[in-house]
Amino acid sequence: MNWRNSTEAYGLIHIVLHWTMAAMIAVLLPLGLWMTGLDYYDPWYKKAPDLHRATGVLVALVLLARMLWRLGNVQPRPLAHSRRERSAARAAHLLLYLLPLLLVASGYLISTADGRAVDVFGWFEIPATLQGIEGQEDVAGEIHFMLAMTLLGLICVHFLAALRHHFVLKDRTLSRMLKPENTSRQVKERQ
Amino acid sequence: MNSNTIRIIGAGLLLSLSGLVQAADYVIDTKGAHAFIQFHIKHLGYSWLVGRFNTFSGEFSYYEANPNASKVSVTIDTASVDSNHAERDKHLRDEEFLDVEQFPEARFVSTSYRDLGNDKGELQGELTLHGVTRPLTIAVTMIGAGDDPWGGYRLGFEGRTSFALADFGIKRDLGPASKEVHLWLGVEGIRKDQ
Repeated sequence: MNWRNSTEAYGLIHIVLHWTMAAMIAVLLPLGLWMTGLDYYDPWYKKAPDLHRATGVLVALVLLARMLWRLGNVQPRPLAHSRRERSAARAAHLLLYLLPLLLVASGYLISTADGRAVDVFGWFEIPATLQGIEGQEDVAGEIHFMLAMTLLGLICVHFLAALRHHFVLKDRTLSRMLKPENTSRQVKERQ
Repeated sequence: MNSNTIRIIGAGLLLSLSGLVQAADYVIDTKGAHAFIQFHIKHLGYSWLVGRFNTFSGEFSYYEANPNASKVSVTIDTASVDSNHAERDKHLRDEEFLDVEQFPEARFVSTSYRDLGNDKGELQGELTLHGVTRPLTIAVTMIGAGDDPWGGYRLGFEGRTSFALADFGIKRDLGPASKEVHLWLGVEGIRKDQ
């Protein structure tokens, strides 16, 4: 079992971090859209935002772990076919780190605009830092929404690109993110 | 001509004669924050939720000799709503409540004032809120008046009124106990230079 990345394949840690974040974002995006339209007397009126805020904090933690893990690991070489595809993939992947980071930051600035802390499932609290800026919750809210829509669009592109690699180009781009591969065997097979 | 009419004409004459001397126009002391627009609405029917509008401006005229000629106008910056909870304030500003992007101002302009004696009065006027203009009556109590320690003259009163949110096109349902919002107004005016 490969824990770490190689130039050919993703290690288990990278794969788990990727799919954990994917799952959390898959919950957060629809949850955020749904919860803002809830009736005041809906049983989820309080629970949904609590869950959204807490999960957002967890995304930040996973993202931090991912960035640290990435710094200490090689990245498997991209399987894109042209230089243009490679730079497009690099830009998209950079944004897939950056957008969640900015989403967490803007969401945090909404909830802490009046100095309140963000509660994470009752386990711990993230205290407010920047607060009391004129219109903070409104501006941060608009930014949060626009970032979320941008991320949603980018995830669709990311998802379609993965499917294209798998079914059209028939390369290992998707399968190497699904399970860690034994690189030496891979390389041998390829030779 | 009955005695009431004579009294009104007499008062009118007196007013026009003494008009220049008696003209008492006040600017509401929002600069020094000696004026407050506070609202309260029931939460689930179990308690009061209190908030206020932090930014507004206004003027009033009060004629001691003829209180019924008094006038008030106030303009409120709806985005300045403050219920001491940023997420709730954000919600109050959006389309479901105040819709401050479309309706950045609320306004109250008085149409008449009736002095009821004992420092009480009834102020009639029109409130424009959420793009809807409707008549509104404010129960007024004079609190006091006199020279301030800094060379000015001040006059203050409080006002109370209430209305249904739905009357002003704010349809969001907060429950049966929370249809009416109550306003408490604390107003201090500084007399303008004559």
